[in-house]
Amino acid sequence: MQQTNFKVLFFAVASGLIFGLGLILAGMANPAKVLGFLDLSGAWDPSLALVMGAAIVIGAIAFAIAKKRHLSYLGLSMHLPTNRVIDQSLILGSMAFGIGWGLAGICPGPAIVLLGAGSFKGLIFFIAMMIGMGLYELLESRKNKAANQVR
Amino acid sequence: MLIDWNNFTPWSALAGGALIGLASAIFVLFNGRIAGISGIIGGLIRPRAIHLSTSDISWRIAFIAGLIIAPLIWQLFTALPNMQIDSSYVTLAIAGLITGFGTRCGSGCTSGHGVCGISLLSPRSIVATLVFMSAGFVTVYISRHLLGA
Repeated sequence: MQQTNFKVLFFAVASGLIFGLGLILAGMANPAKVLGFLDLSGAWDPSLALVMGAAIVIGAIAFAIAKKRHLSYLGLSMHLPTNRVIDQSLILGSMAFGIGWGLAGICPGPAIVLLGAGSFKGLIFFIAMMIGMGLYELLESRKNKAANQVR
Repeated sequence: MLIDWNNFTPWSALAGGALIGLASAIFVLFNGRIAGISGIIGGLIRPRAIHLSTSDISWRIAFIAGLIIAPLIWQLFTALPNMQIDSSYVTLAIAGLITGFGTRCGSGCTSGHGVCGISLLSPRSIVATLVFMSAGFVTVYISRHLLGA
């Protein structure tokens, strides 16, 4: 059992904050710019490809270190994904997300940043996103219940 | 393909991307967690049947709090850049619903799959990223150029 301590919460807030500042600086928190990136056949703004590229270069170094460790620098266990199966829900879910992203130009991180920036339209998106996540959990728990009853 | 040089912002894109990478690096190396936003929020609204300890709830809320205060901290130093949402309320509601459902069903979004997962060379994340990027490109093509919205 890992105890909640000040350091754990400090690094969590710091990560979220730096992540959010990065989204704002990168232009990811500007839905019009995101749609400009997704619009390949119009006048294409390639900026967001550079955002991802830079993030992945730094991420790759950090995750290479993380993979070799059993515990984090704070002594917490490493929660790295182990699932390697490419299944239907991964594909269909990602497809649905891509359609939503293409409609509004907002993904979950920027949705929270827009909320903090006091955007009313951002709030509408955020509430809908939470409902969407809730619906998924509801369906999943029903599916699990049904599976248990069959057994 | 036509490049939109007027809106191309390579330096802020690279610097912003580096900050996103740095945040993901700190989060995995210190907290031992993947900085996947949809997974972090989604973990808060799971049914009670799946056990969540208070420490599990608190780090999630702490990370989200960091994201929410980012624009407020930014404004202490300079004005926020343009955050332009042209979509109608109906479009935003539909987009939000399928983004929420899709990211949970596909176990990740741009941050978890696109940044962290690709950094880990996870085959699932590489596939997921290719799928949601393609779906995004196609959706914008249909909505802007075929329907002309």
